[in-house]
Amino acid sequence: MSTPRRKRNPLPAIAQAGPVSLWMILFVTLPMLFIIYISFMTRGTFGGVEYTPTLEAYKTMMDATYFAVILKSLQVAVVTTLVCLLLGYPFAYFIARKPPETASRLIMLLMIPLWTNSLMRLNAWMLLFQTNGPVNKFLLSAGLIHSPITFIYTDGLVLLGLITNFLPFAVLPMYSSIEKLQTAMLEASADLGAKPSVTFRKVTLPLTFPGIFSAIILTFIPALGTYTITDMLGGGKVLYIGNIIKNQFGTIRNWPLGAALSVLLLVITALLIFLYSRFARIEDMEVL
Amino acid sequence: MADSIVSLRHVDKWYGDNHVVKDLNLEIMEGEFLTLLGPSGCGKTTTLRMIAGFEDASGGIIEVQGERVEEKEPYQRDVNTVFQNYSLFPHMTVFDNVAYGPTIRKVPKAKIKEDVTRMLALVQMSGYERRKPDALSGGQKQRVAIARALINNPRVLLLDEPLGALDLKLRKQMQIELKRLQRKLGITFVYVTHDQEEAMTMSDRIAVMKDGVILQVDAPLDIYDRPNCRFVADFIGESNILDGTVISVDDGLLTVETPDGILTSRGEGFQAGEKICVSIRPEYLSVSRQPAEGFTLRAVIRDFINMGTVIKTNLDLPSGQEIRFSRFELDPDLREGDELYLCWDPAKSVPIHLDPEEVSP
Repeated sequence: MSTPRRKRNPLPAIAQAGPVSLWMILFVTLPMLFIIYISFMTRGTFGGVEYTPTLEAYKTMMDATYFAVILKSLQVAVVTTLVCLLLGYPFAYFIARKPPETASRLIMLLMIPLWTNSLMRLNAWMLLFQTNGPVNKFLLSAGLIHSPITFIYTDGLVLLGLITNFLPFAVLPMYSSIEKLQTAMLEASADLGAKPSVTFRKVTLPLTFPGIFSAIILTFIPALGTYTITDMLGGGKVLYIGNIIKNQFGTIRNWPLGAALSVLLLVITALLIFLYSRFARIEDMEVL
Repeated sequence: MADSIVSLRHVDKWYGDNHVVKDLNLEIMEGEFLTLLGPSGCGKTTTLRMIAGFEDASGGIIEVQGERVEEKEPYQRDVNTVFQNYSLFPHMTVFDNVAYGPTIRKVPKAKIKEDVTRMLALVQMSGYERRKPDALSGGQKQRVAIARALINNPRVLLLDEPLGALDLKLRKQMQIELKRLQRKLGITFVYVTHDQEEAMTMSDRIAVMKDGVILQVDAPLDIYDRPNCRFVADFIGESNILDGTVISVDDGLLTVETPDGILTSRGEGFQAGEKICVSIRPEYLSVSRQPAEGFTLRAVIRDFINMGTVIKTNLDLPSGQEIRFSRFELDPDLREGDELYLCWDPAKSVPIHLDPEEVSP
């Protein structure tokens, strides 16, 4: 079917896009450009920025110490994303195949933690996993362990915090994709002789791919940049990109380095979105 | 008589407390074009989906090629379906859609290519291999969907209102094409529609369904000329249905008294005093200025409707019931408001026993 011809609008395109563009330029583009600009400047002796161009910040970033942190952050973000996808997809599928009222109730349950203050949630994890917290007490009384396990300030607890925090962001776009998948597609596949596993691989997965990719973007990028979760559950003992950026802008006051690290996150994000646009049309993207 | 290829025996389907298919019995013959016809909600699509395996029968036996299939999953059944909304895979090209079945069966690549090419030629879609379904019109999508089903060489093809979404002209054209395709390939088609004209055009036999029950299974013309119940008479084609009481039976010739007068019909198995209805097709009805023997029905011409090929005349009986007759040419003497006598060849009208619940006291 041909799309109906758009009616000629009396306002020129720039005027139509004007208010939104202005808003975007003022509050998104300009700050971003400023960050990029700062990242190429010199660190001020007493903090702040001296406006002499240099690549110093990027050189520092490639130092073994920082590079290791970047690698580790990437690694943790990848694991978080994978776990969120593996846990989230079956869950999203389960919800999507429920009748609408049940589905919206389940979605609600998923959303409630998101409306709770994240600091409270993180503190709850801390309390649960303290050395003499309920989890250790339970394990001890069940005879599964003989001395309490140190959970807090470990990579494991950070990972748990990341996964529980980002799981809803993974489930929602995938749910939205799976919900749109018509059962007739699955029936057609079965009718043509495909077993359920084949149908999943050849029909379900490709058709819900936009949701999966949105889930990746919505989990991977924030997981890479987060600092509250890593700060609280990792106790500053384990460093991640987010913490370093926060420290550079905060206590250490090396703004160009903080900016350079931010630019790195920006580039990774842009790369992912570029990849996505190659695979799927942008209008298919499941954004919340 | 050909052998039965699909057989449904005492098949029931319940959705909760809702009995949608009731003790259904149907033998579908090898190579025939059978249509399940009925209004929406009559259980025709559910019946088709039970043959395909998308719905489990709540009871009864379903056999395909002499083998019971109730416990088999859809992918294990040797039938293929053409869906109402085509259900082409949107992420695959036309070629990949048609190749889906053979690819899953691990048919060699070269053979798949050959088969797909042959199938697309069969449905006149050669040259569209690289297109995505989104870039096809409704009619083209349906052709691809048919090719995708037929490439698997099914013995039975199930079609669930496949032309429902097409405009009238294209639908008429596809009806003829589908019928020719079925003749050419000799495959059994089980076709679901609510469009009685479509059913008449295409079918070898029609099973008329209502409320989960098959009322009549017959060749289209037999159904048209000999409806076995009031619903079938009313649903298939146009019909004038007059209620009355048999007052005398004389060697199959029935004299029936209606509130609007006496009429005559012909049929076996009726008794004097029985309440019946009589169905008469508009084209078999005649009008005259003088009463004919055995008829005292009088009606007033309300208006004429020119349908292009035929002219329909609407008349009002004294009771208010509307009567129609149709002719290729209109008698120039007839005017709106004329009072006329109705009559017909008694053998052309169909007396019908009433169901117990239809007999009003």
